[in-house]
Amino acid sequence: MTGPIGEDDIQAAVDGRVEAPRCPVVQDYLAKNPEAAARVAALKEQREALRARLASKAAEPIPARLRVANLLAQRARRRQQLFARAAAVVALLVVGGAGGWTLRDMTLDRTPDMTRDAIAAHRVFVVERRHPVEVAASEEAHLVQWLSNRLGRKLVAPDLAREGWRLIGGRLLSFEGGPAAQLMYEDAAGQRMTVYLRPGDGKSGGAEFRYAEANGVGAFWWSDDGLGYAVSGPADRQKLLQAAEAIHAQVASR
Amino acid sequence: MRDVAALIEPHIPALRRYAWALLRDEAAADDLVQDCLERALSRWQLRRRDGNLRAWLFAILHNRFISDRRRDRRRGVPLPLEEGSETAAVADAESAVVRRDLLEALALLPEEQRAVVLLVGVEDLSYEDAARALGIPIGTVMSRLSRGREKLRRYIEGERPGILRRVK
Repeated sequence: MTGPIGEDDIQAAVDGRVEAPRCPVVQDYLAKNPEAAARVAALKEQREALRARLASKAAEPIPARLRVANLLAQRARRRQQLFARAAAVVALLVVGGAGGWTLRDMTLDRTPDMTRDAIAAHRVFVVERRHPVEVAASEEAHLVQWLSNRLGRKLVAPDLAREGWRLIGGRLLSFEGGPAAQLMYEDAAGQRMTVYLRPGDGKSGGAEFRYAEANGVGAFWWSDDGLGYAVSGPADRQKLLQAAEAIHAQVASR
Repeated sequence: MRDVAALIEPHIPALRRYAWALLRDEAAADDLVQDCLERALSRWQLRRRDGNLRAWLFAILHNRFISDRRRDRRRGVPLPLEEGSETAAVADAESAVVRRDLLEALALLPEEQRAVVLLVGVEDLSYEDAARALGIPIGTVMSRLSRGREKLRRYIEGERPGILRRVK
């Protein structure tokens, strides 16, 4: 730990976060460089002043609308309303008989089987805490090789770090036509997204991106080079589209 | 969900402080915190049990902040200064303001630098946690921190050239 002093060390000195083994080196440097020491002192002072200036804000009592108990009660009320609405729909369906089916989620009805399977698999596996994937991202090479072998074509695990998604791993799935694959990603807030891949049957969509949404899960799907893709996640169209575009670009540039 | 309140509530004052320092608007800041808490409650089962709860909450808050910003941008709501447009406004501010309050100076920083200066300097997130909360590499945290603090210092020092002269 005797490398040259960097700007990182200066900032760490300001925050009191210099790691123990590095401490003597940094202190020695500051002792010999009064200008740097003066800068650290000034920035420390600034840091303290900012904390002091904002301290009163954190000392305020929590407003009622931000109390967790109140927020939980509100959620319960909303869920009850939703339930009442669902019950009303069920009643309508019963009254409407066969005609009632037209009230089903139209967007999902028009999506191809592949996307429905992808969304179903997404729902099943993203809630898993202990076994979200069969093979973890720590064995990425093995994961990709295995899934490639089973799907009979060379796959890649798209790198979506720039879009804020970290690969957790993947699993093998099945559908009528044989094996399919699911890769799972997670963002900094713990939200999960899955990429579902399976050999296309020509009916899984063209090269253009298509979007569907049901029960809070959104999915973009398209096909590239005979392989069908579906990207499912929290229904944030913009964020999912970014991921879909990144995957498409990475597959195309291969 | 019984323990949720006991786990989350100790962090609410800090979340409110951060939101307020970012937005400097009481109602908008509390809206943001409320949004963050609702999200956190709906994802409570999905959080990493071994993870740092404070960092997780700040990550959610920041994500909400960014997506609100995007929505505002689509609606054409005028935004505070971004990195590119900063120079002119700062030059303006520097000529116009003689005594500048620390918080006013903070508001002049580009949003991305303000976020890092606050998360690290005020909210005591480690560099790793700040990187995770903002979804950026740690190196970027360090460089934004350095640039943000340096800029803040220049803004503040513009306020008291007299003192600098006396030191000489």
